[in-house]
Amino acid sequence: MDAAVDFSSPVSTGTTIIGVTYNGGVVLGADSRTSTGMYVANRASDKITQLTDNVYICRSGSAADTQIISDYVRYYLDQHTIQLGQPATVKVAANLVRLIAYNNKNMLQAGMIVGGWDKYEGGKIYGVPLGGTLIEQPFSIGGSGSTYLYGFFDKEWKEGMTQQEAEELVVKAVSLAIARDGASGGVVRTVTINSEGATRNFYPGDSLPLWHEELEPQNSLLDILASAPQPMDA
Amino acid sequence: MDGPPKGGFSFDLCRRNEMLVKKGLKGPSFLKTGTTIVGLVFKDGVILGADTRATEGPIVADKNCEKIHYIAPNIYCCGAGTAADTEAVTDMVSSQLTLHRYHTRRESRVVTALTLLKSHLFSYQGYVSAALVLGGVDVTGPHLHTIYPHGSTDTLPFATMGSGSLAAMAVFESKYREGLTEEEGVKLVAEAIRSGIFNDLGSGSNVDICVLTKSGKKYLRNYEMPNPRTYVSEKGYSFTKKTEVLMTKITPLREKVEVIEGGDAMEE
Repeated sequence: MDAAVDFSSPVSTGTTIIGVTYNGGVVLGADSRTSTGMYVANRASDKITQLTDNVYICRSGSAADTQIISDYVRYYLDQHTIQLGQPATVKVAANLVRLIAYNNKNMLQAGMIVGGWDKYEGGKIYGVPLGGTLIEQPFSIGGSGSTYLYGFFDKEWKEGMTQQEAEELVVKAVSLAIARDGASGGVVRTVTINSEGATRNFYPGDSLPLWHEELEPQNSLLDILASAPQPMDA
Repeated sequence: MDGPPKGGFSFDLCRRNEMLVKKGLKGPSFLKTGTTIVGLVFKDGVILGADTRATEGPIVADKNCEKIHYIAPNIYCCGAGTAADTEAVTDMVSSQLTLHRYHTRRESRVVTALTLLKSHLFSYQGYVSAALVLGGVDVTGPHLHTIYPHGSTDTLPFATMGSGSLAAMAVFESKYREGLTEEEGVKLVAEAIRSGIFNDLGSGSNVDICVLTKSGKKYLRNYEMPNPRTYVSEKGYSFTKKTEVLMTKITPLREKVEVIEGGDAMEE
């Protein structure tokens, strides 16, 4: 069709996604960049999708695939909640995600992190990587930006953190990945889930910490141009 | 039983076509709308915009086509990609929604259209090449979505699609703000489409706009025509004479009535 943007290539969430447990629940985090090849298709997307009141999922890989998986799992969990008469557990949600990811592994490109809180097991994080296996983890990282974070998490993640410590860790980690990974960017979104329920948080790009040699955020290119001397001025 | 085998399929031409493709022959291409389509949310609704050029490879196949498709009275959809696919998929969803409205006796919702479109596109794994900007106003308020050929969707306050999306997005990114009035919104959409028309080779001709509000829709076909014909020959054009009509005689049709003697014509 044209060289600049190939809309026939699938929309991929070259991503940074994170799930962390702390002493009373879990914190999920993600950047907000969705790209088609070299073009940012959406700079404020929401990759943390709600499955039930107390379970959320972080999506990475093909946007189309992960959206349809989330839609199916949400539908199954809604039915399950009605039949059971009580909220679904995180394990049930994660197992449904795994089931779909595994049974259709040849058709899908989806790496997901399921996190939430239930009365039986408390805060739990499950990773469902590409092949469709299910791994319960104290913390989980995913997406293209996660490669920059393994060492950071091995050092910084501690058993029994407070909610504030966990949330600060997640925001710091996503902002580090955004600084190094070209496919991650925009804002940082978090969802904190505990016995009280789920709370969403939003950290705009200009509120994030600056890392090695990073430049100060500018509101707009037009503002920079307006304050700089005009090229035609002599 | 001698002689050549009878019946069955012949795949000779498939082999020949395969060979021709390998030798560098390009098959005929589909009519694709190298396109600029946009949409934005304003104070009391949604505005959609599109250019009107349809291309067939490097050739402009239609200089004034319609890319803003009807979905429901309160929902419209801009289409980019293969013209046949955008047309077919929007028609199909619009018909499903009509039946759904008769069934429920309620106004269609934008998310319903969104789900129908995305599940169709997903099941065809990107082979139905339709990239859409879906907009509408329903009982839950104004909504704007983009849908990609593989079935992924986004929800946005302003969106662009097609080969001219970069040019149009540059306009939106520098000038869009929350709470635009209708007049400001239409002006901005027209500017975004114009930027596609003038800076993208795949887009051209005129600006179509559709304004959707709670109180109804305004379809502004050819809202702007920035590319008028610059030269028409004063002398006009003459064509060779057609075959002359020598005689005209009209014979009216006679009604043919068949009488069936007795008995019931309708048997069980």
